Amino acid sequence: MYKIVRKEALRPTVTLYEIEAPLIAKKAQPGQFIILRVDEKGERIPITINAYDPEKGTVTIIVQTVGATTEKLTHLNEGDCLQDFVGPLGKATETEGKKKVCVVGGGVGCAIAYPVLKKFHDDGAEVHAVVGFKNKDLVILEDDFKKSSDKLIVCTDDGSYGQKGLVTDALKQLIDAGNQYDEVFAIGPMIMMKFVSKTTEPYGIPTTVSMSPIMIDGTGMCGGCRLSVGGEMKFACVDGPDFDGHKVDWDLAVKRNQMYMEFEKHKHEETCNLFKKEAE
Amino acid sequence: MANMSLQKNPMPSQDPNVRNKNFEEVALGYTEEQALDEAQRCLNCKNRACMQGCPVMVHIPEFIAEVAKGDFEAAYQIISNTSALPAVCGRVCPQETQCEMYCVRGKKGDPVGIGRLERFVADWHNAHTQAKPEKPASNGHRVAVVGSGPAGLTCAGDLARKGYDVTVFEALHLAGGVLVYGIPEFRLPKAIVQKEVDGLKAMGVTIATDTVIGRTISIDELMEEQGFEAVFIGSGAGLPMFMDIPGVNYRGVYSANEFLTRINLMKAYLPDSDTPIQHPKKVAVVGGGNVAMDAARCAKRLGAEVYIVYRRGMEELPARREEVEHAEEEGIIFKTLCNPVEIFADENDDVNKIRCIQMELGEPDASGRRRPIEKPGSEFEIDVDCVIMSLGTSPNPLIKSTTKGLEINKKGGIVVNEDGLTSRDKVYAGGDAVTGAATVILAMGAGKTAAKAIDEALSK
Repeated sequence: MYKIVRKEALRPTVTLYEIEAPLIAKKAQPGQFIILRVDEKGERIPITINAYDPEKGTVTIIVQTVGATTEKLTHLNEGDCLQDFVGPLGKATETEGKKKVCVVGGGVGCAIAYPVLKKFHDDGAEVHAVVGFKNKDLVILEDDFKKSSDKLIVCTDDGSYGQKGLVTDALKQLIDAGNQYDEVFAIGPMIMMKFVSKTTEPYGIPTTVSMSPIMIDGTGMCGGCRLSVGGEMKFACVDGPDFDGHKVDWDLAVKRNQMYMEFEKHKHEETCNLFKKEAE
Repeated sequence: MANMSLQKNPMPSQDPNVRNKNFEEVALGYTEEQALDEAQRCLNCKNRACMQGCPVMVHIPEFIAEVAKGDFEAAYQIISNTSALPAVCGRVCPQETQCEMYCVRGKKGDPVGIGRLERFVADWHNAHTQAKPEKPASNGHRVAVVGSGPAGLTCAGDLARKGYDVTVFEALHLAGGVLVYGIPEFRLPKAIVQKEVDGLKAMGVTIATDTVIGRTISIDELMEEQGFEAVFIGSGAGLPMFMDIPGVNYRGVYSANEFLTRINLMKAYLPDSDTPIQHPKKVAVVGGGNVAMDAARCAKRLGAEVYIVYRRGMEELPARREEVEHAEEEGIIFKTLCNPVEIFADENDDVNKIRCIQMELGEPDASGRRRPIEKPGSEFEIDVDCVIMSLGTSPNPLIKSTTKGLEINKKGGIVVNEDGLTSRDKVYAGGDAVTGAATVILAMGAGKTAAKAIDEALSK
């Protein structure tokens, strides 16, 4: 069992959990993920690591409430335990040897973008960051990003905070302003990563994306997380999660990820009703 | 006086049309009367031909003699002296190509039902004996076992009996490996696997779940930082193989590993499980091995019409005869001598059709089996909404990529000598991680061999 030592609601549907997991904390690197299970009946869900503290023996994840499992998570409190927490899985992001990079984060994906951005920064790169949110109320980690980047652009879809518009617009402005990036690193919803890749492709800027497909074991056994990258079959759990954004078959990846949407919607409603009943 | 009946006592089973709608065990097991009767078919031959067919050398005539006397617990003690998993082996071993193949009674009529008797004895013990195995006195040596499947559990059990302090590391949340994620409940109830695991724990074995060796901890760290003197790698087979045909990534195309894991490990067929699974209407399972039969029979139990698509003929199916018969009885449709060439989907990428081509058998290939050849112009289509690829696996890259100096063969399997020793000192391996996809009992045999070698190396 893995104890929640800190729980913090960053936004109404975005929650930070710091979990006691000393072995994982010792090994974790930016870009890697964990798989957790909330309880005995729970599904295994992959979540990318936000932070880790080898001394304290904790791993931090930031989770948006979207389905049954994440709903159940929000009903756990500090001191409660997760049934399972395994990792660190996947390969770490390669951050060395870059002079200038732009990290693009979307929504709760920013939670994952942050450790990668910090690593680029600590490894000596000049780091620009573009982070996008739906609106002002959903902005997270702004101070963290500010601290570890040389330039930060916050975008909101509705213009309620920062620059109005999509991250791809802001990224294009930066590139057109003459910034020469060795690499663009994008983490967020698949659709955002797809369009970041489309944006950088004409400029020939190497673009890495962090994929989060459906998976079960996370160790190369089930094959559920397979992607088509440059026409080859790749498994996100052992070959990734980072891939060349210009080579990913995005339409396939997006559709595969929505395979269980109906089930998940139904299960989420069922779970919410259960919690409501308990509350009454 | 021996029972000279030419036929084995038949295995009582659930009716095919009932069992193909539930996940309860198909074979119900012998009654005491049936076991006594079957045991009396054994001639107790001096040369014990049956034993040469057993990878873990169960003392078969001796245990059967105890069954014939009605001393079932004594029979159990004889089996468990050499086998760590009697209740499992009695169910999933391919006895027809092992012990029973050598049985003298099989020369005229059926061989003695050794597997069925083993299962009876193990189940009798589990039902009647509450006493847990005792923890042997410690010899002070520590051994790490990677993977809690049949190879790992056997190795751990043999070492624990000799007083070793053994920790088994398991990547998943439950111990048992393929016994829990792969083989379905209706062939091997998970409570039985749990009982075997609990037995090991009672002997002092530590089971560390949620620990991925190669990620959470490396082999080197186990030995250098955590003080394990030897390591056994029984991490199993790895990445599932898919056909290189158009449409293989559409929604509704599963690997058998994924489909079975969702059902067996995650219990996705139960309403209270949070893990989703497609409930397909028509399924094509591609492949002809035991795993393909398991996937097909699971799909049937989810309510689907199920086809097995296999490129060779019925005679060449690599699955156990018994599994094929069970599948046929349950209404699985065999489309043999045909091979998929393309998978089609609707506008949402959901599978709606598979195109196959008919095959004929040519000259034998390197494996000695006749090579299937496409018949030009014989393509046909089957409407299906799910395709399950059961084509075997290729070795998992995790451990080899994180363990320096571990020699790997061309196919990606770990190279070992006859003792199971790898190219690294005090690092042993066995099971599918070495051989590629094989059987439970072969993995157990490898675990046993390595345990013996580890004991010899550490007690020097």
